Amino acid sequence: MLYQPDRSQYPSRKPDGSLDIDLSSGKYLKLWQGPQHPGITGNMSVELTVCGDEVVEGKTHVGYLHRGFEKLMERRTFIQCFPIVCRICVPEPDFNEYCYAAAVEELAGLEVPERAHWIRTLILEMGRINSYLMYLGGQAGALGQGVIGQWTTYVRDLMLDRFEELSGARIYHMFIMPGGVRDGLPDGFDQRMEETLREIESTLADVKDVMFNNAVFKKRTVGLGYIDPAIVDQYGVTGPTARAAGIAKDVRRDQPYLVYPELDFEPVVGQDSDVFTRADVRRRDLLMSVDLIRQILARMPRSGAVMAPLPNVLHWKIPFGETYIRGECSRGEYGYYLVTDGSGYPRRVNVRGPSYTHAMALLERLIVNCNISDVAALMVSLHTYPPEIER
Amino acid sequence: MRDLYDRLTMAFPLGELTEQRPDLAFVTVPREQLRSLLLHLRDQEGFTHLVLLTAVDWLEEGHFQLTYLMNNRRACRDLGVRVMLARDPASMESIHDLWPTAATYQRELREMFGIDFPGSPRVDEDFILEGWIRTPPYRRDFDTLKFSDEVFAPRPGRASSDPAEFMKQQLYPDKT
Repeated sequence: MLYQPDRSQYPSRKPDGSLDIDLSSGKYLKLWQGPQHPGITGNMSVELTVCGDEVVEGKTHVGYLHRGFEKLMERRTFIQCFPIVCRICVPEPDFNEYCYAAAVEELAGLEVPERAHWIRTLILEMGRINSYLMYLGGQAGALGQGVIGQWTTYVRDLMLDRFEELSGARIYHMFIMPGGVRDGLPDGFDQRMEETLREIESTLADVKDVMFNNAVFKKRTVGLGYIDPAIVDQYGVTGPTARAAGIAKDVRRDQPYLVYPELDFEPVVGQDSDVFTRADVRRRDLLMSVDLIRQILARMPRSGAVMAPLPNVLHWKIPFGETYIRGECSRGEYGYYLVTDGSGYPRRVNVRGPSYTHAMALLERLIVNCNISDVAALMVSLHTYPPEIER
Repeated sequence: MRDLYDRLTMAFPLGELTEQRPDLAFVTVPREQLRSLLLHLRDQEGFTHLVLLTAVDWLEEGHFQLTYLMNNRRACRDLGVRVMLARDPASMESIHDLWPTAATYQRELREMFGIDFPGSPRVDEDFILEGWIRTPPYRRDFDTLKFSDEVFAPRPGRASSDPAEFMKQQLYPDKT
């Protein structure tokens, strides 16, 4: 049978709606991309069924990193949960700290000092930059451009230095805790941060030249992994993936939290909704975060409390209640649903990570009819972190 | 949020409204009304985004609470729809045809809480755990310590020695 350019009716389906794939026919091959594979995002795998070099079905498998965080937290006091939550997401742990802390504060009725709000916003934007830098390296690496990853890893390391001087830790900062933040900014932080930001801007200019103006990168990513704006809400698509489809979803502007209402910014939006546009939206979003950090450092209060007085945390009981706190992380909407029952332990904590919808239902839909050599680039373009799927 | 609640109560037998914040409220609905309420919220009220679907185990009361959190981005508000289910057998109507992404949530709830969603795609396939045949682990009556004692053999402790004595023996073996 000759190759038909219109792939919308392929693979064909049986009357019951299931795919008409006969593995014994010799036309199809099962392939596992992951969990140990250079073209996979973290500890997950995709079970591919291919016909020639075309994917006809893909199933996402997770569970390689399940540590039962949600269950663990049900057996920990509220303050004991604080150092656990950041471990749910390695490249951008601060959103876990913020969402958990904000949920506990809301249900416990704690008033957080204003200075802590500014420092929290600063930390979240620093974490966003780290996450985007890691993404840019991965996106270029999935298409064979190894040098981009080396450049972005270098500047990411500079940002990790800033995290280290602020919190004492490079990866898991454990800085945003219920009640506020652990400390203020160290002396000379602003100047060193400015130097880091300039270095990032300079590197991003190089990345734009070498990656986004590269003919191979363009040829392979333009038109790949198109997400129809009509399915954005159906599939729970949020963050830069939705914004690249022309939908200006950004929690920072839609339902502002912390000090975002006082900052001057507009969500970065694209139109073409393909891998190239998603990468470009993230690059521009990264530059916006650089600008936001400058705004924060110029306007934040330099004195005052950074922690609200906490009750005795060893006997801290929170009244019956439930709430949901969300924030805009680098992948999309990150949220914590917290239920308390009047005891000293959370009744239920549910973590809503954007990867949960992006890497499962959405990826399985987009991967059909994709060329096998483009699977890695498509997967990375959804910017998924598996730990937040399996918590 | 009260205006929305007043409109909804004209068509649906809702429980009391819990206003957590000006932009977040929770309401309980009988399970038979859930589907029509979600459809109404999606098509008439602009709650097009299913933020999450999860369960809370109220073991003492003998029921599960399913929470469907809906978001209306234009109006900047969220409504959590709660449904109470009997614990055994726990079963609920699937909404994967309304939001395809709900199938993933339902598959996880089937595995972690033992709540069945008949008709949901791949709902009986393993999601995170492989070959799990015990009590669903996120239920409150799943005893993690008992499970650990039964499944994992205790590892004997490592041999230890006094550092001063050890170094003495390493440096001056003849004098000991």
